[in-house]
Amino acid sequence: MNHLRSIAELGPDGLHRLLDLTDHMAEVNRRPNPKVPALRGRTVCNVFFEDSTRTRLSFETAAKRLSADTMTFSVASSSLNKGESLRDTIETIAAMGVDAFVVRHGSSGVPWQISAWTTASIVNAGDGWHEHPTQALLDAYTIRQALGRTTGFDGLRIAIVGDVKHSRVARSDIAAFTMLGADVTLVAPRTLLPPGDLGDDLGVSVSDRLDPVLEDVDVLYLLRMQRERMTEALVPSLREYTARFGLTPDRARRLGDHVVVMHPGPMNRGVEMAVDPAELPGAVITQQVTNGIAVRMAVLFDLLGSGARPAPEPHTDVENTEMERA
Amino acid sequence: MTEIVITGGTVLDRTGERRADVVVRDGVVTQVEEDVGEGLGEGAAAGPDATTLDAAGCVVSPGFVDLHVHLREPGREEAETIESGSRGAALGGFTAVVAMPNTDPAQDSVSVVEFVRRQGEAAGLCEVLPSGCITVGRAGEQLAPFAELAGAGVTLFTDDGSGVQDPLLMRRALEYAHGLGITLAQHCEVARLTEGAVMHEGSCCSRLGLPGWPALAEELMVHRDIELVRLTGAPMHFLHLSTAGSVRLIRAAKDDGLPVTAEAAPHHFSLTDEQLGTYSPIFKVNPPLRTAADIAAIRAGLADGTIDAIATDHAPHTPDAKELPLDQAPPGMLGLETALGVALAHLDMPLADVVAALSWKPAAIAKVDDRHGRPIAPGEPANLTVFDPTVEWRVRPARLASRSRNTPYVETPLRGRVRHTVFAGAAVVVDGEARR
Amino acid sequence: MTTSKQVLGPDDVRRATTRMAHEIIERNKGLDGVMLVGLQRGGVWLAEALGAEIARIERPVPVGSVDASLHRDDIGLRPVSPGAVSEIPDGLDGSVVVIVDDVLFTGRTVRAALDAVGEYGRPRAVQLAVMVDRGHRELPIRPDFVGKNLPTSLDEEVQVSAEGVRIDTGGASGDAVGAS
Repeated sequence: MNHLRSIAELGPDGLHRLLDLTDHMAEVNRRPNPKVPALRGRTVCNVFFEDSTRTRLSFETAAKRLSADTMTFSVASSSLNKGESLRDTIETIAAMGVDAFVVRHGSSGVPWQISAWTTASIVNAGDGWHEHPTQALLDAYTIRQALGRTTGFDGLRIAIVGDVKHSRVARSDIAAFTMLGADVTLVAPRTLLPPGDLGDDLGVSVSDRLDPVLEDVDVLYLLRMQRERMTEALVPSLREYTARFGLTPDRARRLGDHVVVMHPGPMNRGVEMAVDPAELPGAVITQQVTNGIAVRMAVLFDLLGSGARPAPEPHTDVENTEMERA
Repeated sequence: MTEIVITGGTVLDRTGERRADVVVRDGVVTQVEEDVGEGLGEGAAAGPDATTLDAAGCVVSPGFVDLHVHLREPGREEAETIESGSRGAALGGFTAVVAMPNTDPAQDSVSVVEFVRRQGEAAGLCEVLPSGCITVGRAGEQLAPFAELAGAGVTLFTDDGSGVQDPLLMRRALEYAHGLGITLAQHCEVARLTEGAVMHEGSCCSRLGLPGWPALAEELMVHRDIELVRLTGAPMHFLHLSTAGSVRLIRAAKDDGLPVTAEAAPHHFSLTDEQLGTYSPIFKVNPPLRTAADIAAIRAGLADGTIDAIATDHAPHTPDAKELPLDQAPPGMLGLETALGVALAHLDMPLADVVAALSWKPAAIAKVDDRHGRPIAPGEPANLTVFDPTVEWRVRPARLASRSRNTPYVETPLRGRVRHTVFAGAAVVVDGEARR
Repeated sequence: MTTSKQVLGPDDVRRATTRMAHEIIERNKGLDGVMLVGLQRGGVWLAEALGAEIARIERPVPVGSVDASLHRDDIGLRPVSPGAVSEIPDGLDGSVVVIVDDVLFTGRTVRAALDAVGEYGRPRAVQLAVMVDRGHRELPIRPDFVGKNLPTSLDEEVQVSAEGVRIDTGGASGDAVGAS
């Protein structure tokens, strides 16, 4: 594996391999000293063109627990504001000697573009509406842990509720869950679903009502409802959204204790999560965050440590590069 | 005093096809006869300065006319100039091109239009026909001075780059155009339905997580404007049709006898939305690449004449611009130098029909059929294209005449390539190399 | 051409295991704080066999396993993938950890295991038990308990299980992690 840009690119074998590897990383994280020397001498650069403190901290922690060196580039402190191109930015950082870029960008596809400009591995930490593969991995790992499903999700019924259309989390989750064999149902008004025939295109069922789906589900995955969606005439009001698609106290009462409840965070309490998740026996939202570190360790190790790599090219002298550029 | 002898080719024009050599003198075709070239060896008709162009295995046709090119000058000369674009046009076999008005400043005044025409004349590689804006600054608010611009020789008016959104304004434009001998051309896109759109709305965009450009946004405006043509009786040309629904609407309008014409771009009958799976902005274009079903409909529309012309929508953008994230990168692809090769590789229709769609049919729409797309006969203006219809080749971006490199055909084998181009009696392209 | 030579049979392995169990008991009088930690993957069955013998002879001791993949010094030089998840018994601080592996070769796996074990606490002492010592050490590491000293050449591969010990020559992939 050279890059982790999408779940599809990972494939079923890669997905199982990373989930198995995550078990090891979770064990490392349980040790008194949760750190291994596996990626000593490797450099991981987080390039975040869109703010996401949670994801960035999770990747940074993962890299450090594997003893990799980390660099962080965030757009606020960059010269991108001064008109430097994405390509120049990546090539300049790459010239400093980077083994992996962890990339977050508001535009779909940027990880693919970047991988054409550097030989370093690319990890997609979220691109536009497209994918957030490590979130899907940690979600799959959390379900596997919660339900003891180590070999796959055959027959598991997972409902993903909310704004699928604009959600990279949903797109990656759908790909990962269906790849593991789960039956996925998307629950949302048509305004919040991607266009096309979703049964054919994504291999999922669709429902525009939550209540019948709740009767018959093993995992309930609530997506974050962005407040600005109202102004785009996608839903009339958050109140109406909550009434139709939120996890209300009434729905929570009817939910079986065995149902795993998930959310990618940050939650809109009172909107999609209209109950205190602490009172839900099946809520695993904190575990999702914890597992995020182990999953990202697995990804970084799989990319940078698991295979034989050719001898690294000598690092370009950055001083000279800058002189030439000037 | 220039003389050109084109030997060994097959002449193909609107009157048919025949083996003949063609002699050109002082900008005019003087002789079209079999084996005239050999007989001239000792110099009866051909003088000692005659240039002989070998057309063995080639078709000699009237020069091609492109109704739709963006030459970027004035305003974005880093992407293309009228000279570099003209050179690409000549290499692609075009002897006339219609320059779209979305320059900076826009082509909404006589001075800008005259500037574009003069730059074209200075380059001397093909005839550059400036189009005019429908609205001032293409802002969609106030009509551009149609009569003034028509007086400066403008025949085609469009706000291309965007469609005229306001139906009242469009109605007035068509009504006002009446009697001026001009044609309005529409870029059909209901902007409200394509805000932020990056690619065709369908299965592929669902999977790729990209905002979709629904076929409906094009078809709604095609439908609206057909009805406005029915109401006003003014002629209308439909730019770069991309959907099966649009082809159906135009076909029905023509069946009703309405004065409508239409064009399609080579990329809309050769590339599908699946290309966006690479996330390369090279494949971002407006209207977007559509589905295989749409491609089939465009091909059928060209084959049955519903779509009159092949027009490239040649849209140069600098590498920097095409390295932006997909949602920020500007739409557009190069087309001039690959149009014939794409058409012959992807269209299953008689060669004469392909040449018609590249030459005399667009010449009529642009109202330059007094000098382009003419039959190849003595006394006719010498705007000619000589092309090998069977040679397979691949584009090498670095060799393109365009200042930009955004061709989507790097991986695709093309069939058919221009060997020589004669513009106004001068050999501007010889053996695939521009002479100016 | 692959050749395979049986060096020890099942009975030999069983007898060697019993002898090593006696030696471990004798060396660590009373077995106070002793725990066996098998190296993933080849050492785990032997740690369990030694644990069973020690329990039969004297009394049960904790038996665990460790996967040292993430501590190896050849990450990036050849494919490395962890085996089963480590299970270190509680109370490692102050204990005597007997690291158990099937074959001792270059010593690099044992070095990685020493580092890995150190991440769980500070043992009073660490000892090393192997079924086969095949020589060719690249680090200053020596075993405390050996089933069989077996001189080999570098291109041979030693296969150890409860069923016996075999030497394979040629054809075997020389880079499978865990064979060191």
